[in-house]
Amino acid sequence: MTTSNFTLIRNAFGQLVFTGTDGEAHEGVVPVRAFAITAPDEGLALVNSHGKELLWIERLTDLAEGPRELIREELASREFMPVISRIRHVSSFATPSTWDVETDRGNARLVLKGEDDIRRLAQNALLIADSHGVQYMIRDRRALDKASRKFLERFL
Amino acid sequence: MPEPGNLRGSVNAWEENAFITSFRVFPIQLPRGRTALLFRGTLLCKVKSTRNFYFGSPAGAKIISQNSDPLREISRRCPQSASLTTALQGLPEDWPAELDALLAADETILAHLELDLDKALRFARGLILVTNRQLLARSGEEAAWQAFPYRNGLHLQRRDHAGVASLELLDTTGQLARWRHTLGRDTNARQVLDHFEQQRDAALTGQPVEAPPASICARCGAPLVPGQDDCPSCAKELYTPPSTWTLFRLWRFARPYRGQLLAGFILTLISTAATLVAPYMTMPLMDEVLIPYQNGQPLDTGKVYFYLGGLLGSALLAWGLGWAKTYILALVSERLGADLRSQTYEHLLKLSLEYFGGKRTGDLMARIGSESDRICVFLSLYLLDFATDVLMITMTAVILVSINPWLAAVTLIPLPFIVWLIHVVRDKLRHGFEQIDRVWSGVTSVLADTIPGIRVVKAFAQEKRETNRFKEANQRNLEANDRVNRLWSLFSPTITLLTEVGLLIVWALGIWLVTKSQVTVGTLAAFLAYIGRFYTRLDSMSRIVSHTQKAASGAKRIFDILDHVSSVPDPVKPQHLTQVEGGITVERVGFRYGNRTVLRGVDLKINPGEMIGLVGHSGSGKSTLVNLICRFYDVGEGAICIDGVDVRNIPVSEYRKHIGLVLQEPFLFFGTIAENIAYGKPDASREEIVAAARAAHAHEFILRLPHGYDSLVGERGQALSGGERQRISIARALLIDPKILILDEATSAVDTETELEIQGALDNLIKGRTTIAIAHRLSTLRKADRLVVMDRGVVVEEGQHDELIAKEGAYYRLYTAQTKQLDEQLARPESEE
Repeated sequence: MTTSNFTLIRNAFGQLVFTGTDGEAHEGVVPVRAFAITAPDEGLALVNSHGKELLWIERLTDLAEGPRELIREELASREFMPVISRIRHVSSFATPSTWDVETDRGNARLVLKGEDDIRRLAQNALLIADSHGVQYMIRDRRALDKASRKFLERFL
Repeated sequence: MPEPGNLRGSVNAWEENAFITSFRVFPIQLPRGRTALLFRGTLLCKVKSTRNFYFGSPAGAKIISQNSDPLREISRRCPQSASLTTALQGLPEDWPAELDALLAADETILAHLELDLDKALRFARGLILVTNRQLLARSGEEAAWQAFPYRNGLHLQRRDHAGVASLELLDTTGQLARWRHTLGRDTNARQVLDHFEQQRDAALTGQPVEAPPASICARCGAPLVPGQDDCPSCAKELYTPPSTWTLFRLWRFARPYRGQLLAGFILTLISTAATLVAPYMTMPLMDEVLIPYQNGQPLDTGKVYFYLGGLLGSALLAWGLGWAKTYILALVSERLGADLRSQTYEHLLKLSLEYFGGKRTGDLMARIGSESDRICVFLSLYLLDFATDVLMITMTAVILVSINPWLAAVTLIPLPFIVWLIHVVRDKLRHGFEQIDRVWSGVTSVLADTIPGIRVVKAFAQEKRETNRFKEANQRNLEANDRVNRLWSLFSPTITLLTEVGLLIVWALGIWLVTKSQVTVGTLAAFLAYIGRFYTRLDSMSRIVSHTQKAASGAKRIFDILDHVSSVPDPVKPQHLTQVEGGITVERVGFRYGNRTVLRGVDLKINPGEMIGLVGHSGSGKSTLVNLICRFYDVGEGAICIDGVDVRNIPVSEYRKHIGLVLQEPFLFFGTIAENIAYGKPDASREEIVAAARAAHAHEFILRLPHGYDSLVGERGQALSGGERQRISIARALLIDPKILILDEATSAVDTETELEIQGALDNLIKGRTTIAIAHRLSTLRKADRLVVMDRGVVVEEGQHDELIAKEGAYYRLYTAQTKQLDEQLARPESEE
């Protein structure tokens, strides 16, 4: 599958419509990142509503501007991984614990079910899953302010 | 409608007039922090400060609930307004005031959803309301309200991805709006969806909405047993952290041994007193024997013998009593530890698969093994020492004061410092030790991960990488320990220093007092002897801090398990199955693993004795559905009923007795073959075991083994082939004679020839039982009465093989794909020849 020879438009229902070389139009295609955490900008796939891969995109920048913006838009509206910039308060140091956090998407409150829900990524980054499955990211825990680090330290 | 203004100040004078015909919410700010919610002509008033809820007409109100759920109270009082509770559950406290203008006078709010995300996926508060006329929404506090009156073609669509759900409002021409929320609001969202559809249809057709049956949980739609107030699947979402006074909770385990504990305590008291006799005797020994002798008087041998004898006697007494107390208390603490371990294990085994799925084996092993041991050592050694120390210090203090109050006062000066130091360090150390424990579990987890997978590690020659992984975990352990030790190593010498300083002061003051002839040399000597003990005890007492913290964090981690309420709890009011027919009804079942929706609105009815074949791609939710039917998990929404009884209302162990399970990877425990077959029914007779083995076509190969039914099978039954192990597990299922049988890929792990052998065994097993079989190979489902095709969490097709083939739908595609594959496989070797 090549990265040209296709059209991508958004229809009135807000769905992306993909038409490949075979001329068949697929409604409701979804862009998916292959390495959502380690290499978000490399390796994207467009999959149809049945989960079948229609197009593999090595790099977003390889695409023409139109489809690229559509895909960016769609990704932005699907991806939700608030980045925690400050931990304001935690209800208890024993889990389950409710945290009040400041994120790049505004203030939020999350329930941490257990210490196991904190996943260590490379370079001091952490991924925290709350009780409803929303993933919160801490890019660099050493870069947090002192109070937040203290809170966090108790759970690591 | 009364004017909100008229209500001010009249809250205390309302009378009960409780009947709600339609409810519409107005926020009214009342004096003294009261917020009132007004429903068309009726008032529900919440006084924030007291948590009382008033209910009544503006003419007079009455407290209807105190510290209980007001909404349940209202629905009890007004059964006509069953959906009131639904509409008001989790109602925002600061209801937007401008809603007044948007709602007509006779408009009723039926469901609401408080959005927590805006269009750009930032956290913001929005609201969706479903009324009997329209859908009202705004996504964010600043955004404008959008109103969508019901009309033809208007529909809502819900989808979720990675913890975020979106609701889309569409009509036939395109998308009208889209709102976002996190999955925490999902139950409300589903209600909005349901009510929207009902109200839209009602508004378009003019037919009134039929009231939902009363026995349905207002939040998740699960049917409730009459008399059962709390919905089992909603109740488990409450999160309360465990209390910090964890060590005191060990009392629960200590209770049975309170007699021995009391005896131990009394012995401690006496033996401590005995050890304090010796320094007391040095006083007269010095003053009455040594100093007179030094001054030229003859030695009083009688006194010497008396005091020396006293010293020896007290030492012997202290020894004997010390032995008795240590022995008794060690005995008790060992038993306590053993109780703790086995109860934790018992509780652990009762937890649902969900719990095990999220935990690492090494961590659980560390908790039950080493943590309970640590608590045990703490109780038998350190706590005992601590108690002795406290007694010793109190007694010494009393003796010192009685000898010379001045000297005693000086001696006790460093005490407050030390207590303060202990207090400061305690907090810091506790975090440190908790961290060490977690890191330590990490180390064991690496072992528990690697050793079972050793074949893979060796096959890919990754020993070095695994060693590195272990080293990393070890390094983390080292770092955590280093952090604690830095503080800890400073702590002990500081205490020693304070001790030395204290001694110095006593010496100085003592010498001064002796020169002033206020105390004798003997008194000073006795003081110094006491103080020596006193301070060493303080020193060792300060050590208790770290051990207490270690034990407390260990206890916390154990109580974490003990406090974990099984997510498949036993019902409060169990219903018992007398005669099981085996009819299974699956009603609108939904289920999520974390943020991944696995099942959505699955409906299925299975008649007693029927065999159902579940087919579909992997990941279509087949195994999850079966796990739900087995009640390894509880449904997120909807209900599963056996013979019309919700499985959540049947005691778990009683229910599972009626279910036989044959898995893809049969697990054989270490033991004999007979024990393995009789696993589900340990009191089975030999005849029964042999009969089950015969029916499972396992009898003959068992007889070929060197010890027949008494042959041992290894840790995972390694000595047997896949087909043989599978037949043993079939025999196991046959022996308990279940009414419901579940075959989860029972023949997938074996070759076609073995499959044929097993098939015979399976045919015996299936007879007369309700069977649900999952199979990838569609050919193995030929005996099924009905095939159920699942795709991405929903049932897409149902029917017999021929019907489904004729339909040319999802099943047809699956079938042709498989036969095509088979044909290709068959064709390939020919073409190569």
